[in-house]
Amino acid sequence: MSSAAPYRSLSQAKRSRRSRQDLRLAIIFLTPAAIGFLVFLVWPTLRGIWLSFTSYNLLTPAEFVGFANYERMFGDPVFWQSMKVTIEYVVINIGLQTAVALVIALLMHRLTQSTLLRGIVLMPYLVSNVVTAIVFLWILDVQFGVANQILEWIGVEKIGFLSSETWAIPTIALINVWRHVGYTALLIFAGLQMLPNDVFEAAKLDGAGEFRSFFSITMPLLRPILALVLIMTVIGSFQVFDTVAVTTGGGPANATNVLQLYIYDVAFGRFQFGYASAMSVALLVVLGIITFIQFRLTRAGSSDMN
Amino acid sequence: MAWVVMILVIIVTLFPFYWMLRTALSTNQGLQANPASWLPPEFTFGAFERVLGLQSTEQAIAEGGSGTQLDFWRYLLNSVFVSTLITVCQLTFSAMAAFAFSRLTWPGRDKVFAIFIGGLMVPSIFTLLPNFVLIKQLGLIDNLVGIALPTMFMTPFAVFFFRQFFLNVPKEIEEAALIDGVSKVGIFFRIVLPMSSSPLATLGILTYITSWNDYFWPLMVSYTDSSRVLTVALGVFRSQSPQSGTDWAGLMAATLIAALPMILLFGVFAKRIVNSIGFSGIK
Repeated sequence: MSSAAPYRSLSQAKRSRRSRQDLRLAIIFLTPAAIGFLVFLVWPTLRGIWLSFTSYNLLTPAEFVGFANYERMFGDPVFWQSMKVTIEYVVINIGLQTAVALVIALLMHRLTQSTLLRGIVLMPYLVSNVVTAIVFLWILDVQFGVANQILEWIGVEKIGFLSSETWAIPTIALINVWRHVGYTALLIFAGLQMLPNDVFEAAKLDGAGEFRSFFSITMPLLRPILALVLIMTVIGSFQVFDTVAVTTGGGPANATNVLQLYIYDVAFGRFQFGYASAMSVALLVVLGIITFIQFRLTRAGSSDMN
Repeated sequence: MAWVVMILVIIVTLFPFYWMLRTALSTNQGLQANPASWLPPEFTFGAFERVLGLQSTEQAIAEGGSGTQLDFWRYLLNSVFVSTLITVCQLTFSAMAAFAFSRLTWPGRDKVFAIFIGGLMVPSIFTLLPNFVLIKQLGLIDNLVGIALPTMFMTPFAVFFFRQFFLNVPKEIEEAALIDGVSKVGIFFRIVLPMSSSPLATLGILTYITSWNDYFWPLMVSYTDSSRVLTVALGVFRSQSPQSGTDWAGLMAATLIAALPMILLFGVFAKRIVNSIGFSGIK
């Protein structure tokens, strides 16, 4: 025993020296990330909330105004119009995108594992929103766009896809479906790959048809994955800006003035950073509520697989 | 039947790319005369020459260009600079943080990590306005570093992502190296990083593509050519030309050049990117 004691204390000393070294190294290794985290994430978040209670034009110091910005927001018809347009956009965009992505994913799952095909489907996702917007601006051009040429051949009247108040939002929603549907499809496809095969075989043996087995097995099993996909895509969809800014700039007559665009305009067009921040907080709250509801409704946490 | 739908999907996916190319290889006069021809009307490389500044102003105007000089090479260089800076720094710093969260033991480690992960709850769009105010106070408006700064240090997702992989490095390898006299720093650079090279590359490519395609933030920060990245330059190009006489051939050539680096990158790494999309790995 006499020899064991000093041995243990030696090893303890060694260990505590090592853990002190670890702490020192951890501090060094964490410093850059911590700076980024505190300065460009935590601080701006707090400051954004603070600015929403102030009147601030960038030049003079921010001045506390209480709930004035929020009061103005509730009485601002343009804000409500923006909210309405944004929700309209999200509903069309997410509805179509999820439906089409589900079809593509199921087809790929049944037909082929080809990486080439998955690569093709993903391609639009690699192109920026700005490029996408400009290309579709050209394809959908009223005078020389190929889409209207095709409509003419079929004998349908030309459509001002991006210049008519009724068509503009659905068109922008569709443009973004083109860019994002492949990514969503690959996510669902990855989910399909994880489903156990034996359930489907059992269903086949029991004489379940293709549709029956889709609605009774695939969909319930896929639900948690669809829920995750929806949460991710809906949050992204609410932040739409690029496509609108490039194609219509909010027009015609505020028909496409989505919330992000209005916030940008209030901040950089009129230098009312306080009011813009209040609307950002409103968007943050809306996103929080939607995420919460989605989690509850779809029971994303639990799966039927267990 | 299933294949018919699939082929339709492929056509709809690829058509805009073909149309970009077909338009970029036409003259504006040809486009107006034959708006629906499937091959480029009046085939020419003029639009590309115009965009890259290889054409004289008179010739450019004659071919339907706006005549304003576009410093395309500059925007391209700016984009490369910003995306490279963001990708290299963000990856390095996030990996270092992830190492501290996974392979080093220190008091309060898991609590600090939880706080970092809490950052995922804030949508990036919310921090844009206050970050703009901050960048302005730092005097970095209209500066390429100002564009890179907010995402240069870390993203909560990158830290989380790397930590997952670093945790999988077997403890035995680390201990063997420690006995051989390798320091903890050496373990990071010579064991953990090389063993995680595949996820590093995957996230690196995706970060590069994301920062290359970003528009909203650079639009806020850059005002002149000195800090204009490609996406913002394209937006300006588009808004400069009047709706009636838009230089579509030039615009399509420009978008094609802007998208080309990412398409090439994708061509090389398609397999890696495609396979990374799922629920275990990339968001």
